[in-house]
Amino acid sequence: MKQKSVAVVGAAETTNMGKIPDQSVIGLHADAALNAMRDAGLTAKDIDGVATAGESPVELAHYLGITPTWADGTSVGGCSFMLHVRHAAAAINEGLCNTVLITHAESGRSRVGARKFGRDPASQMGQFEVPFGVTSPPTMFTIPVLRYMKEMGVTEEDLAMVAVIQREWAAKNPRASFKDPITVDDVLNSSMIAWPFRKLMCCLVTDGGGALILTSAERAKDFPQKPVYILGTGESVETPMVSQMEDFTTSKAFRVSGKKAFEEAGIKHDDVDHLMIYDAFAHLPLFGLEDLGFVKRGEAAAFIRERNTAIGGKLPLNTNGGGLSYMHSGMYGMYALQESIRQMRGIAPAQVPGAKISIAHGVGGMFAASGTIIFSNEKP
Amino acid sequence: MAEYPRPLPVPTPETQVFWDGCASGELRLQKCDACAHTYFPPRAFCPACSGRKVTTFKASGKATLYSYVINHRPRPDFGTEPHSIAVVTLAEGPRMMTNIIDCPQTPEALQLDMALEVTFEKASETISLPKFRPAKG
Repeated sequence: MKQKSVAVVGAAETTNMGKIPDQSVIGLHADAALNAMRDAGLTAKDIDGVATAGESPVELAHYLGITPTWADGTSVGGCSFMLHVRHAAAAINEGLCNTVLITHAESGRSRVGARKFGRDPASQMGQFEVPFGVTSPPTMFTIPVLRYMKEMGVTEEDLAMVAVIQREWAAKNPRASFKDPITVDDVLNSSMIAWPFRKLMCCLVTDGGGALILTSAERAKDFPQKPVYILGTGESVETPMVSQMEDFTTSKAFRVSGKKAFEEAGIKHDDVDHLMIYDAFAHLPLFGLEDLGFVKRGEAAAFIRERNTAIGGKLPLNTNGGGLSYMHSGMYGMYALQESIRQMRGIAPAQVPGAKISIAHGVGGMFAASGTIIFSNEKP
Repeated sequence: MAEYPRPLPVPTPETQVFWDGCASGELRLQKCDACAHTYFPPRAFCPACSGRKVTTFKASGKATLYSYVINHRPRPDFGTEPHSIAVVTLAEGPRMMTNIIDCPQTPEALQLDMALEVTFEKASETISLPKFRPAKG
């Protein structure tokens, strides 16, 4: 896509976060959307493009009173919103619409008006994975890790350290679900979920949502907030079944998506000031750092252990506390995007001083899909 | 037989040959006639070269342990003890999800790359699940 041709002019999360028993899923979508519209100084009448995952874009548009000329219901898991940003930028550049609203919301914890989770027993996953006892991400997303640990020489302590450092970031964020410091021992002594994963290596389950509003960079300067420009985008998908990943030590979808985004943006890794990597589990930042090319394969654990991604480090990572400590309603990609926007606006609770380029990298399903967005706060 | 307590696969026309194989004690894979690529899960064409001429054959049943977790979350249908959920690399190349049985469900007993062999667990009149156990000898 054309660099810096599209910008984010509205961004907000739901008013509340964590446990929200008095709002349904669609109600949370609307709450996030109304907050983002207020942020951008718009109402539903100004929106002519909608995208969402989990809910149908039809439901979203009608509920909010939007008559769109462009709709995208791409639903590939937690990184769907990165794909929506990418698709929306292309649609705006092509003139299909001018002002796009992207929303996410889930009642992950309270399950108010939430869809039931289940797999069709005739689907590929239903036939070739579910009969062996996988039910949910803690027993699926985790399966590649012992192979990764053996090949890369990564230890349980290394996995624990990911959670420890992200908790340090969360401590600076008033909206984070968990803010109290933890140690490697605390993580390794937390209850066993699925060997080698302990509870504190797994993400939270919360209620919440978020929304973004995008328009052309040309129009963006007329909006109340500091525009955040889109510099590069990438997406890919690999497999609906974690067991059929090409290689358990690296995600093909991550590599393809990341490479595409870097090529579009025309930047080097050293140019990146701030990074978000969707962390449903503690191994995701390790895979992300390697597959995006920030470190060589097998070097991510040491990179984190040496505090390069911690407060004051050279590559601040998951500065909101991440899915491990901030929040995780089910499809966390939206919150990674929101934190990138806050960092680019200069208003994040744990602001990286002078940050000019931020990347939000998402995963969908169990290494099934990926989306990467590179943002900049510098004018075209 | 007693009702099997877990969700069972529902075969589709493309996968019936695999599940029929399991029911008769054979692990079946498919191989492309054109490019010789061996693949899993079953389908009526080759995912490597898109060719439609493929042959189903009986696999050796030999495999090695690629990766796994030991699930500690409650699964009453798997009994009260933690159980393995594993991915094995078949001798012919493809990988598949399974459970490792007939050995302690511990990190010490479940060593990556250990040699395994297939065994079939009858779940209903038509469905047997391919499981793997440590190879004998």
